[in-house]
Amino acid sequence: MAHDIPDPAGHHGTSEMVRTATSESRLARYVLIGLALCFMGLFVLMPLAAVFTEAMRNGPGEFLTVLSDPETFSAIRLTLLVAVIAVPLNVVFGVAAAWAIAKFEFKGKAFLTTLIDLPFSVSPVISGLVFILLFGSHSLLGPWLQGNGIQILFAVPGIVLATVFVTFPFVARELIPLMQEQGTSDEEAALSLGASGWQTFWYVTLPNIKWGLLYGVLLCNARAMGEFGAVSVVSGHIRGLTNTMPLQVEILYNEYNFVAAFAVATLLALLALVTLVLKSLLEMKFSEQIAASRRH
Amino acid sequence: MEVRVQNIRKEFSRFPALNDVSLDIRSGELIALLGPSGSGKTTLLRLVAGLETPTDGTIYFGDEDASRKTVQQRNIGFVFQHYALFRHMTVLDNVSFGLKIRPAGRRPSSAEIKRRAMELIDLVQLTGLEKRYPAQLSGGQRQRVALARAMAVEPNVLLLDEPFGALDAQVRKELRRWLREIHDRTGHTTIFVTHDQEEALELADRVVVMSKGQIEQVGTPDEIYDTPVSPFVFGFIGQSNILPVRIENGQLWIEDRSIGISAPGEKDGAAQLYFRPHDIELLDGCGGCIAGLVTASRRVAGTRHVELDIGSTQGKVEIELPRKRPQPIGHASHFARHGGNCSGTDHPPVDL
Amino acid sequence: MTASTRKRWQFRQPSVIPGFGLALGVTLSWLILIILIPLSGLLWRSSALGWSTFWTLATDERTINALRISFGTAFAAALVNVVFGVILAWVLVRYSFPGKRIIDAMVDLPFALPTAVAGIALTTLYAPNGWIGSLLTPLGIKIAFTPIGIVIALVFVGLPFVVRTVQPIMEEIDKEVEEAAATLGANRFQTISRVLLPGLTPAVLTGFALAFARGVGEYGSVIFIAGNLPYVSEIAPLLIVIRLEEFNYPAATAIAAVMLVISFAMLLVINLIQAWSRRRYGYGA
Repeated sequence: MAHDIPDPAGHHGTSEMVRTATSESRLARYVLIGLALCFMGLFVLMPLAAVFTEAMRNGPGEFLTVLSDPETFSAIRLTLLVAVIAVPLNVVFGVAAAWAIAKFEFKGKAFLTTLIDLPFSVSPVISGLVFILLFGSHSLLGPWLQGNGIQILFAVPGIVLATVFVTFPFVARELIPLMQEQGTSDEEAALSLGASGWQTFWYVTLPNIKWGLLYGVLLCNARAMGEFGAVSVVSGHIRGLTNTMPLQVEILYNEYNFVAAFAVATLLALLALVTLVLKSLLEMKFSEQIAASRRH
Repeated sequence: MEVRVQNIRKEFSRFPALNDVSLDIRSGELIALLGPSGSGKTTLLRLVAGLETPTDGTIYFGDEDASRKTVQQRNIGFVFQHYALFRHMTVLDNVSFGLKIRPAGRRPSSAEIKRRAMELIDLVQLTGLEKRYPAQLSGGQRQRVALARAMAVEPNVLLLDEPFGALDAQVRKELRRWLREIHDRTGHTTIFVTHDQEEALELADRVVVMSKGQIEQVGTPDEIYDTPVSPFVFGFIGQSNILPVRIENGQLWIEDRSIGISAPGEKDGAAQLYFRPHDIELLDGCGGCIAGLVTASRRVAGTRHVELDIGSTQGKVEIELPRKRPQPIGHASHFARHGGNCSGTDHPPVDL
Repeated sequence: MTASTRKRWQFRQPSVIPGFGLALGVTLSWLILIILIPLSGLLWRSSALGWSTFWTLATDERTINALRISFGTAFAAALVNVVFGVILAWVLVRYSFPGKRIIDAMVDLPFALPTAVAGIALTTLYAPNGWIGSLLTPLGIKIAFTPIGIVIALVFVGLPFVVRTVQPIMEEIDKEVEEAAATLGANRFQTISRVLLPGLTPAVLTGFALAFARGVGEYGSVIFIAGNLPYVSEIAPLLIVIRLEEFNYPAATAIAAVMLVISFAMLLVINLIQAWSRRRYGYGA
């Protein structure tokens, strides 16, 4: 017990006549809040507002026309397709990695964890480049792939690979701290009651981690749909075929078709906003069931 | 320095944490604020420190009104329950912090600061550890750093909030003895908060027993234990048994039997009798005793705890005997209090 | 007692939990296939260039300039983010004001918003005819299509790294520590500058390193606002793309290898900061 009676006013009691020992003067507080809000406004809120204003510049009519363009439509379809493939792959990997790392003690665990985080410190352009070097016509594999008619680069498989590379750590790094915190006693209890390994995972572990898993999926999905640099390098920018939504934004923008570029950008911005809302909801409701670490 | 607390009231959002509390602390005294959690003891300590502002009332340091001074101006030493050491500073930096941040005019030279800090580190027996960081110390060592840091500013009064609360039993005992030694050597006026009666009774010159935002009793440890002034103090300090009794003409009765204890000056009617388990003797038949049946008898270290059933309406009584006196279970016994008179009490409707 | 009680080297400690082989097998094969083979392919290709070719390509003047611009702007942006990120984290942890919850959630927008969208939005704002650019142009300040524009984009991208690293550590600051400083006579400014902020050093350093590392590799949000003038506002990732489009794979590989090595060095630095912090302060940032 820190205090006999908790002070309901907490840190920032304003009812006190004399300023408490652990708060700043009102002026200092207002200045700091002002600085923080200006910074957020300038760097985060205004860009967001700009996306929507620019898209609506010529009214909602043109906005809708632009969105119903077949190329845009195919970009949306490709983006969804890539996410639908990449996210589940990383979920399977993330759960497996978290299971191995969180539930067992073995040599080289710290090193393995570092390796999983590796894609975070690689430039997206390099993440694309590595696949060009691996599968391009100059590479070892290139001629063989060509001979067998397998198209990886400038096609969907290459885009998926680059996306998986970039989003690789998202699910795993949400689950690892969470599962480490939960320990192994629940699983041991289930096993002692006669459950099989799969039953234990399905009925005991999965319900324990479901919100953390959802959180990881959310972040992974946002990145998968929004990835630009890596995908840009491997896609070849073939219109209507290998353009994802972010690439479509770039092409339209570079063609000075600003309204169309911002119209597609609104969809991505909405995706980001939905992600943030869901993320905040998850943090609010299930904060103890989501890994304490909020870093990504 | 002498500390006087006068008619202090403290409310947190209308909830009274302290209600009209007054207390005089003599210079150089080691005083314990003892009470259950929620009794207001920590609030009182924080008010003296200046970490809280009283809703009403005054606190004097000597003849000076300290209650309108900020915590920084009061020059007190405060040892926090969890020590609150600065974790990015070494032991030496922690101890010298209070001197280093003084304005240039009142700040000793850096050589002097170091000398004084090292002297205190020596006093708390941490010589050789001055370059360590708090994370590299044991709980007991951190506690001693916190004390040295608080003493470095040569405080008017030293305040300790549950100083041993976070330590394990063995370390706690050692540090308790050691704190008493330090106090006797340095002579700081010291107030400490505790919920552990043993700690308060062993360590303090005087004990302030608090309950529900009020002071129940102030006295030496012996006074508090031997002559508690209220049922709360009787119940809170040490073990006690409670029996419902009746007073008739200054004599105590249980149901229809007189039990040989007199309560001169008390009004007739129902009352409650408080007594310590070790103030009781077992007798084989006597007049004016209480009769009971031994239902359990256990030896606990140096004493024997005997439980007696003294009849359906009265329930059970636990007494303590020398361990050499085994009591077979089922044995019918009588018991009586050592000595003649009685200091037990209770309220409604009658005090004994 | 048999000799088997002797402590032997064990790959893993025994456990009743099943599935270790399967989980580790999936993890390792996926890791090797997706991450390690492609990355080592890059390193192998750059080593196949031979040292002298590699050195010529890596020290090409345009490359050096691109790397300098990437690292310089990322450093400047990380510094800006440290200052405002710490203020923002402090305001979010300590004060209450209307809209706080929304601001807190919006800190993560740079994570969630695709970089290309951020890029075109920032360009539109800071272009000479944009909302902000049109205010600055009369003052003779040009932001878009200059290195300042790159810094702006990288500040956007790096913001959450500093805030989200510092914020949890700030939340854990024990109120007692501040009170302790006050009882020792420290005024509020001294408490903040000498007790609270130094205690946050490892977290701030980690946040800085993360924002810096992210900024160095950033591509999407920068290319629109940078103007991409060789030697002036051309970042290293863009130069890789340009070399690729020229089918100059050796040059692209060389630049990428240099960046990769520096990124790994950054990763090492971050890990060292955290290990140091855990050892000394008892917490990892």
